[in-house]
Amino acid sequence: MKTKLSCWCGCLLALILLLLAQAGISPQAAAQGGEPQYFAIRGAKVIPVSGPVMEDATVVVARGVILAVGGKDVSIPADALVIDGKGLTVYPGLFDALTDVGIPPATPAPSEGGIQRGGGGGGGQPPSRGPEDRPGATPWRSAADEASLSDKRIESWRNAGFTTVVSAPKGGFFPGQAAVLDLAGERNGDLVVKSPVALPLNLNPAGGFGSGFPDSKMGVLGYVHQVWLDVDWSTKAEATYEKNPRSTARPRYDRVNSALADALEDHPIVLIPANSSLELRRALVLTDRWKFPESKISAAIVGAQMAYEVPDELAAKKLPVIVNLKWPEAEKDADPDRVPSLRELRFRDRAPSSPAALAKAGVKFAFSSDGITSPAEILKAVKKSVDAGLAPDAAIRALTLSPAEILGVADRTGSIEKGKIANLVVTDGDLFGEKTKIKMIFVDGKRFEIREPERPKDPPKGDLTGKWTLKYTTPEGDEESTVELTMSSDGTLSGTVASHRGTANIISGYASADKFNFVINMVIEGSPADVNFSGTFEKNTMKGTISVLSYSIDFTGTRPGAASVSIGGAQ
Amino acid sequence: VKASSMLLRSLAAASVFAAACIAAFAATPPDAPVILIQNATVLTVTHGTIEHGSVLIKDGKIAEVGASIKAPSGAQIIDGTGLFVSPGIIDCHSHIAVDGSVNEGSISVSSIANIAEVLDSDDISIYRDLAGGVTTANILHGSANSIGGQTIVIKLRWGQPAAKLPFEGAIPGIKFALGENPKRSNFSIPGRERRYPASRMGVEETIRGAFTEARDYKNAWDTYNKRTAAGEKNLTPPRRDLRLDPLVEVLEGKRYVHSHCYREDEILMLLRVAKEFGFKVRTFQHVLEGYKVADEIAAAGAGASTFSDWWAYKVEAYDAIPYNAALMTRRGVLVSINSDDAEEATHLNQEAAKCIKYGGLSRDEALKLVTLNPAIQLGIDKRVGSIDAGKDADLVIYNHDPLSAYAVVQKTLIDGRIYFDRQKDIAARAGLEKEKKTLLDKEKAAAKKPEEKKAEKPGEAKKPEEKKPEEKKKPEDMATMPQAGTDGGAQ
Repeated sequence: MKTKLSCWCGCLLALILLLLAQAGISPQAAAQGGEPQYFAIRGAKVIPVSGPVMEDATVVVARGVILAVGGKDVSIPADALVIDGKGLTVYPGLFDALTDVGIPPATPAPSEGGIQRGGGGGGGQPPSRGPEDRPGATPWRSAADEASLSDKRIESWRNAGFTTVVSAPKGGFFPGQAAVLDLAGERNGDLVVKSPVALPLNLNPAGGFGSGFPDSKMGVLGYVHQVWLDVDWSTKAEATYEKNPRSTARPRYDRVNSALADALEDHPIVLIPANSSLELRRALVLTDRWKFPESKISAAIVGAQMAYEVPDELAAKKLPVIVNLKWPEAEKDADPDRVPSLRELRFRDRAPSSPAALAKAGVKFAFSSDGITSPAEILKAVKKSVDAGLAPDAAIRALTLSPAEILGVADRTGSIEKGKIANLVVTDGDLFGEKTKIKMIFVDGKRFEIREPERPKDPPKGDLTGKWTLKYTTPEGDEESTVELTMSSDGTLSGTVASHRGTANIISGYASADKFNFVINMVIEGSPADVNFSGTFEKNTMKGTISVLSYSIDFTGTRPGAASVSIGGAQ
Repeated sequence: VKASSMLLRSLAAASVFAAACIAAFAATPPDAPVILIQNATVLTVTHGTIEHGSVLIKDGKIAEVGASIKAPSGAQIIDGTGLFVSPGIIDCHSHIAVDGSVNEGSISVSSIANIAEVLDSDDISIYRDLAGGVTTANILHGSANSIGGQTIVIKLRWGQPAAKLPFEGAIPGIKFALGENPKRSNFSIPGRERRYPASRMGVEETIRGAFTEARDYKNAWDTYNKRTAAGEKNLTPPRRDLRLDPLVEVLEGKRYVHSHCYREDEILMLLRVAKEFGFKVRTFQHVLEGYKVADEIAAAGAGASTFSDWWAYKVEAYDAIPYNAALMTRRGVLVSINSDDAEEATHLNQEAAKCIKYGGLSRDEALKLVTLNPAIQLGIDKRVGSIDAGKDADLVIYNHDPLSAYAVVQKTLIDGRIYFDRQKDIAARAGLEKEKKTLLDKEKAAAKKPEEKKAEKPGEAKKPEEKKPEEKKKPEDMATMPQAGTDGGAQ
């Protein structure tokens, strides 16, 4: 491991220590003994998804599974914790059909240079010289093996209503094996619902021209074709050799062939990335091509944001689709003089209409949050496709039962049915309602209540809206961040924080009296972490502390363009 | 110069707005209409020029060519008065319509990569080249490798999905490259080991090595097939090698070799290697010193696809002369003029015309350089390359003689369908601009904070303009509408 001394490395170490500590203590939380095992939500509106909506219904949860769903006649176990469901709506737990939540970023192993990228050149490795070098192939990596409660995103995704995710390793062309994870547990192993469920692929070259094989899209495709052929061939060649090891040459052992062949025994679906209509049509061709004799490969498409152009072609192939919710938008820091092409503009305008088009064509689809860092944005993104014509119940299905069906776990989760895993989201209204709040979440029958963040009630003494420059010193030297704040009349803060480390959205924030606080989540040296900014402000200056885990530094801030900003209350 | 810059400008403008005529074509083309072009100057290429001639198009084919043809009932008539009809231009060396890099630049033998798999039907260059009269193009892998990727011939069916672009039945190709590019003389990445080969000798050795492997591979398969056919059981087949499969196809004559080259010595080298392994070089590409070894090229039955007057951009291109195409033609080489460039392709007719001035080719000989000759080189001359009954109705209608600098393409037809229509293109520009503005305004409005919107509401004065709700277009129209480019086209 590189031993660059920096505060962020320090953070990373702190994080690791914290994780180790957590791993050691975590049973304690469960060992309190007070956690109820039986619940009954009585008199709620229940959206089972697998059947019609039930008003004034009761859901009984017992030891992790749904014991009963029904009307008033449902018998409630004597020791059940009864929750008054009046005014509440119960949905199946939301299901994020592709993400890497649950897999903490890997600490690079010295020998492997971390995740092998196609192209190579990094980590002191020579560039790959052809498919036989197996660039960017780590199919032995397993989300189930790497799933860890230490990933802070587990809690934030859960708080946003997601009880279940398909989590996949990232990096390379064959990154590894995806698993269905439930987002709670006492031990890492509790997270895993089923593994492997999918094999994600990446079809874009990692490096530029001359960076090592493959450095072009067509090279990647040739490589992937060759790997599938090799897996098929080596399986057969080994079987033939085992029958008669004498007088024939021994087939060469290849870890990639072996890992893929083993994984395919479990019939995972191959996830083909395709976003534009060009890529979508190409993906349809690829699925045909990859059905080589005796293939166990079935496929689903991931991305599909331009599916509105080709819904019927997708429907004709009966391929399931996982729609990526990170909708295309104008680049934040785009050159203001660059006029986007009409095709680009149409894409940005119509991408959210893809789910409606898929629904109309009869394509089975689910949603993926891949690329979204703030979980609060996920449902907002789904809402955009509802606004673009997707029926709300179809949207709910795409967030619950459809992904369970696509990934082969509908027998155990995805809807509110007797016997299924007790994964539930309880809200105080329609899931897509602007004012709706998630009240509680059940994961594997464990209840998590959503606490409203505490915050002072005093009205803010000034408007923080504007562009701020924050200065602070890290062990690496002086640094700056640009913070764009928008304050609403009740003091809620939103906006972005940008520095050379990247740009992040503010997850939550407020101003009250002369105090403020806002939080971003960003990846620091490969590890996502909440970064908290708090302090006081006066007119166009602010000062305070940035804290990441146990580490903190002081900062000062100014609002350079402040002359034109009105001061004195919102509006 | 003035006229050609006008042409360039008009092409550029066409590119900016990129044609609405295509909107008429849905994802699957309508049945080709019956079209009669009347009273035009028809440049057949194979049997002279017909003044005041007619071309009848049926079922996508040329049904009849002659002095006067009676219009069948229901035929769409194009009045060709003052217009010139030529066969669609065929570009024997193009890199348009490729999604991603045209080079798999990592390895010296990149035959595993196949251009056919990454055709980009959305590339605006397809439309721009159509506007220059190109109907067919040989889409080649780049020249970074001694043996490059697999190549494919396409028709420029703009608006159709990528799977509909390939020229049906055309023999696929493979790109070879000799000289400075594959030996990477002018490219190195600091801190990175240089890729083999680094000399012309190494390029030869690389090709020889690859074909030696391919020959062994072919033998292994032949042996396996023979033994299996003889009833032997439990044999392990040889491992399929996607890098060697296309080279075996070359050895079997099922795939054409299109080799990038400049110098006479490397041209002769490849002819020797080809002879040794028993394959043919279908075309030498660029082949700027071809005039020095024209007899040898002709004797080997190879074609030559060159530039009219483009040279000296590197040392190995110093000995080029504008007489190259004419001199090779006179020595019996089948010659074509290619573009190697999306912009150059839009005026290949003018490039061909230069060979009348330099070398004294006849008008028909010049026009053949960009029509029939490349068709023969690509093995598609039974289908395209001239205006003959029975061939595909791939035609260009110009307002002037295509060998004149004043010629501007009015319509381009492929398979008897109009894929480019200058009048319709011009007519559609305003609508596309308006749509673009509407979308930009919509984005700007959405980017504004909700509170700002609230603040604006009372006055309503700040609204840029009263927008009427856009008429909803049919989704199938949207799917095939061309994208508007952002720049002036010429790259």
